[in-house]
Amino acid sequence: MTNPDITRANRRLVPKLFLFSIAMFGFGYLLVPLYDVICDITGLNGKTASSAVAMDGNANGVDTSRTITVEFVSSLNSGAPWEFRPAVTRMQVHPGEFYEMSYVARNLTDQDMVGQAVPSVAPGPAAVHFQKIECFCFDRQDFAPGESKDMPVMFRIDPRLAEHVNVVTLSYTFFKLDPSS
Amino acid sequence: MAATTHDVHDGHGEHHHGPAKGLGRWLFTTNHKDIGTLYLLFSLLMFLVGGSMALIIRAELFQPGLQLVDPHFFNQMTTMHALIMVFGAVMPAFVGLANWMLPMMVGAPDMALPRMNNWSFWILPFAFTMLLSTLFMPGGGPASGWTLYPPLVLQTGDAFPFVILAIHLMGISSIMGAINVIATIFNMRAPGMTLMRMPLFVWTWLITAFLLIAVMPVLAGAVTMLLTDRYFATSFFNAAGGGDPVLFQHIFWFFGHPEVYIMILPAFGVVSQIIPTFSRKPLFGYHSMVYATAAIAFLSFIVWGHHMFTVGMPLTAELFFMYATMLIAVPTGVKVFNWVATMWRGAMTFETPMLFSIAFVILFTIGGFSGLMLAIAPADFQYHDTYFVVAHFHYVLVPGAVFSIMAAVYYWLPKWTGHMYNERLSRIHFWLSVIGVNVLFFPQHFLGLAGMPRRVPDYALQFTEWNMVSSIGAFIYGISQLLFVYIVIQTIRAGDKATDRVWEGAHGLEWTVPSPAPYHTFDKPPKISTADAHG
Repeated sequence: MTNPDITRANRRLVPKLFLFSIAMFGFGYLLVPLYDVICDITGLNGKTASSAVAMDGNANGVDTSRTITVEFVSSLNSGAPWEFRPAVTRMQVHPGEFYEMSYVARNLTDQDMVGQAVPSVAPGPAAVHFQKIECFCFDRQDFAPGESKDMPVMFRIDPRLAEHVNVVTLSYTFFKLDPSS
Repeated sequence: MAATTHDVHDGHGEHHHGPAKGLGRWLFTTNHKDIGTLYLLFSLLMFLVGGSMALIIRAELFQPGLQLVDPHFFNQMTTMHALIMVFGAVMPAFVGLANWMLPMMVGAPDMALPRMNNWSFWILPFAFTMLLSTLFMPGGGPASGWTLYPPLVLQTGDAFPFVILAIHLMGISSIMGAINVIATIFNMRAPGMTLMRMPLFVWTWLITAFLLIAVMPVLAGAVTMLLTDRYFATSFFNAAGGGDPVLFQHIFWFFGHPEVYIMILPAFGVVSQIIPTFSRKPLFGYHSMVYATAAIAFLSFIVWGHHMFTVGMPLTAELFFMYATMLIAVPTGVKVFNWVATMWRGAMTFETPMLFSIAFVILFTIGGFSGLMLAIAPADFQYHDTYFVVAHFHYVLVPGAVFSIMAAVYYWLPKWTGHMYNERLSRIHFWLSVIGVNVLFFPQHFLGLAGMPRRVPDYALQFTEWNMVSSIGAFIYGISQLLFVYIVIQTIRAGDKATDRVWEGAHGLEWTVPSPAPYHTFDKPPKISTADAHG
């Protein structure tokens, strides 16, 4: 049962197969940055930029002929002890113009709390055209016991937003952060 | 090569011994037939355990309202049923068949790596003991569905790390088994057994083994990310930390779709062995069968998106995944055509393996068609997460994969045991199974189209009748499997003496050795005659 030819052939083949399996384990992890890059380019997952765009005037001009409805949605991650809602639930906007609105959050506990809002835009491909000049979601938010806060967001819809999109929904989910992190 | 073979035979006399005695034989065995038997028995046990869970599910769904179990336990049952049937029943059964048959089919004395073979089996009982033990832990077992989507799966209780480690062990076992299969097929074939002369079961297993080593590590990566997300503050799937739960679905289904072909390609191989035998004709279109299998394996890597049409993909991606998925119908259609063409004008007889194989061809095709319906992206929004999906994948897995395993057991059992099984009882088993399985799963199409969601312990009143019918089918099918266990035990113990060829129309090297197959076969490589070669 110990044919030296076969043993030699196995010694050549089997390590390659094991290496291939290990490489595929790595490939699973490679999908993570790959996904992020593809989503950054295409906005597939509805993530908006995590930092502010420059307020460069009306680079692409204001398109007053077009009106887009922007809806505001809020949700709390399970167990986050806040009251969290948008001050207005919808706005009519013209592409290219700057607008400001705010979300209201109140700490429902008698302790210091740290929270973070994570934005998401639907439909996904509209995310790259939803530009924020200022947003409370860029930073962690500290709350004193029982404190209520009005948190502003300044945004503009890029006029390059696809023709067929008439409604854009901005959603924030509020997460509780570990104060030490 | 001839000289080497000669040397091997000369220095080999002392190896001709039988199996060791007692429990040690099974614990320390490196014999491919022993390990094949262990895999098959383990798979049968898991089939009964997973089946009992299915019966708990169907008993609860017999009528609306909550009767027998609480919803959390119900969710544990759906999750565990799937994990056990996929990783504990279907996959080990095919690995068991591979262990028993591949060396005999290619004229090899054993698998290429016998010690690793022992290890890859003995990991499994530990993995499943660990998985099953989670049912008794605080918070219960996993209840998120076998797809383990975050963030839901991260709410699992103390069971969570045990589930992840059990999945790791199953993955390691599968990868080692697959590497063994590839090494055996590439390095251990008898002289003259060229690749294009290999029996189709060997071919389908070779391709399955490549799928296994390509995607099981990806699953291992995905569950490792879940583990670190929960315990080590990473944020792969946690939106608060910049991650995205949808990413998990992409990684999971990159594994998950090839995985469904891992469970069906060996079934294609089994049926391609059996139909020619009982049609007394060579397999129609051997070469196209090989290429079709390879084409299906390739396509399986680029269609994962059809499991997640509803997550909010751009139109171009939906179209790509839709067309790529539909393309799979072409090589699959080639296979079904070839099976039918093999039977065409053949001198057919209908022994139990053939009955199961014909049922496989018909019922698997029904499952394939409902798969095509699900592939239509705009229609999938209606079907997604309904009982229509449940009906679809059970049609391809139960009368598909499981029926092919039953067919394989009846086909090769006389070779394994040296006894013929009881033909009358086995036909009763077949008819109960085929009626039971259709009564069980066909009404689920109607339920799904009418809008009944999957993974629910309770449902709206208008779904009552078809759920009752389905549950009755489940109990017919489930209980008739006890008859299968009885037939197998009866055949192991006694029965008419089987001839070496067993079936008049059988071709292939496994039928040239005595029945029961001796503990060691093909210590000296056989001469491959045209009659024993395929293609």
